[in-house]
Amino acid sequence: MPIVHTELTKLDNSAGFPTLQVKDLHFAYPDGHEALHGVSLHVAPGEKVALVGPNGAGKSTLMLHLNGILSGGGGEVRVAGLKVEKQNLPLIRSKVGLVFQNPDDQLFSPTVFDDVAFGPLHMGLPEAEVRERVMRALAHVGMSGFEERLSHHLSIGQKKRISIATVLSMDPEILVLDEPSAGLDPRARRSLISLLRDLPLTMLVSTHDMFLVHELFPRTVIMDGGEVVADGETAVLLSDDALLERHGLESPTRMLAML
Amino acid sequence: MHVSTFDRYEQRSSAVHQLDPRVKVVLTLLFIVSNVALPDGAWWAFAAGWALLLLVNRAAHFSFGYLFKRSFIALPFALAAVTVLFTLPGTAVASWQIGSHTLTVSDAGLMRFASILIRSWLSVQMAILLTATTQFPDLMHALHHLRVPQVLVSIISFMYRYLFVLADEVIRLLRARDARSARLTTDGKLGGTIWWRAKVTGSMAGQLFVRSFDRSDRVYNAMLSRGYRGHLLTMNPHVMNGRDWLMAGVGTAVLVIIQLLGWLT
Repeated sequence: MPIVHTELTKLDNSAGFPTLQVKDLHFAYPDGHEALHGVSLHVAPGEKVALVGPNGAGKSTLMLHLNGILSGGGGEVRVAGLKVEKQNLPLIRSKVGLVFQNPDDQLFSPTVFDDVAFGPLHMGLPEAEVRERVMRALAHVGMSGFEERLSHHLSIGQKKRISIATVLSMDPEILVLDEPSAGLDPRARRSLISLLRDLPLTMLVSTHDMFLVHELFPRTVIMDGGEVVADGETAVLLSDDALLERHGLESPTRMLAML
Repeated sequence: MHVSTFDRYEQRSSAVHQLDPRVKVVLTLLFIVSNVALPDGAWWAFAAGWALLLLVNRAAHFSFGYLFKRSFIALPFALAAVTVLFTLPGTAVASWQIGSHTLTVSDAGLMRFASILIRSWLSVQMAILLTATTQFPDLMHALHHLRVPQVLVSIISFMYRYLFVLADEVIRLLRARDARSARLTTDGKLGGTIWWRAKVTGSMAGQLFVRSFDRSDRVYNAMLSRGYRGHLLTMNPHVMNGRDWLMAGVGTAVLVIIQLLGWLT
């Protein structure tokens, strides 16, 4: 079957739009559960932002709005100035690299190569470029040589790295990660941290790992009850024990002091 | 925690392994069709089919026992044909009296039953060789090239990918059940009555369904996030070379000879 290559439109961000603009976003699930009550958020190009908050705060729901998987509750999302709406979705999805928490959901193809090639192929890129992007993305996450391996034979740490490669190959404007360090052993977690530090990309990372927040992200956004309750410099927010306690979070310095 | 029982691929560097997967799929299908098309009691043709199997097995660097041991998984299914023993008209070979009914085995029935048994036994062995010498992704590529509808190919490859995840989930559920199947005595029996076990198994099946359903939702979201718009695209790494065409021709010729052997003797 011949592969149809659709014309790839380039996203022009020379106008200097913020990478992400979320304005007064509302959302309720079909069962009536209201997950977002007017979330607003700006992320500038190059920023690395942590998104923290208790379970059920609406972090994942917000993330699913960033590339238009969920929508329709009111408010708007713009990626590099482009509004997230139906006709823009193909382009938006190539620009927002969303990595899900469970690598078994993220890696659905038989081989590592197929998974990393999935994004570029569906963006309509020619085969030679797909191949090149796969090699580059795997090299980036330190998994070169794993192309022909079967996903289910890999360790969780390896799966996480390849999950990130599956969106790096799409050359996104922003990397959106859901709980990247969950379930990793210390060594795999450590190597993930250095990987995230070295990636020269705008990032929005949802996590419960406060040490990770402390170590990697200059800016933190705290969500609770479907709202952004705090947004600012990580060092300032993490030293506000009352604020953290109110939203079910723990300060890493307090945790260390208990030792 | 990993389940690898479904993985039937055996790494070797034989000529059979290197053959284009399309050739292997087509020849395997032809072999099965040829077995089905042979008349009952074509013993020489069956023997020739078996000889071909052993030859391929040898060429793939597998031991005789490898194929032989795995070949019996099909036998329970062949038992579905057991009724032909009694229903085909012919000379009676044996008969039993069960209550007011008489069960009579006819010679024609016996011959057909034996033929069906052999046919399925041979066919299954070739399928085993196919999966043992071909990586699963290559098999999927082959099906894709052979114009099997994309939906079917996707369903099969998703099934294969998530079979492992599901099996791991089952193991976790079973372990959780065992961990809580406690008693205050040491009379050796773990778990409750059959009724209790059946109930637990029932809710586990339900759990598994709900979890799989949720997972399919998440996988679909992950696909959408990477630009999926209803059409799965894959790359085509396989190119047929001269040797592949030659083997396709030789294989077909051997099957034609087996057919002639079956119908002319």
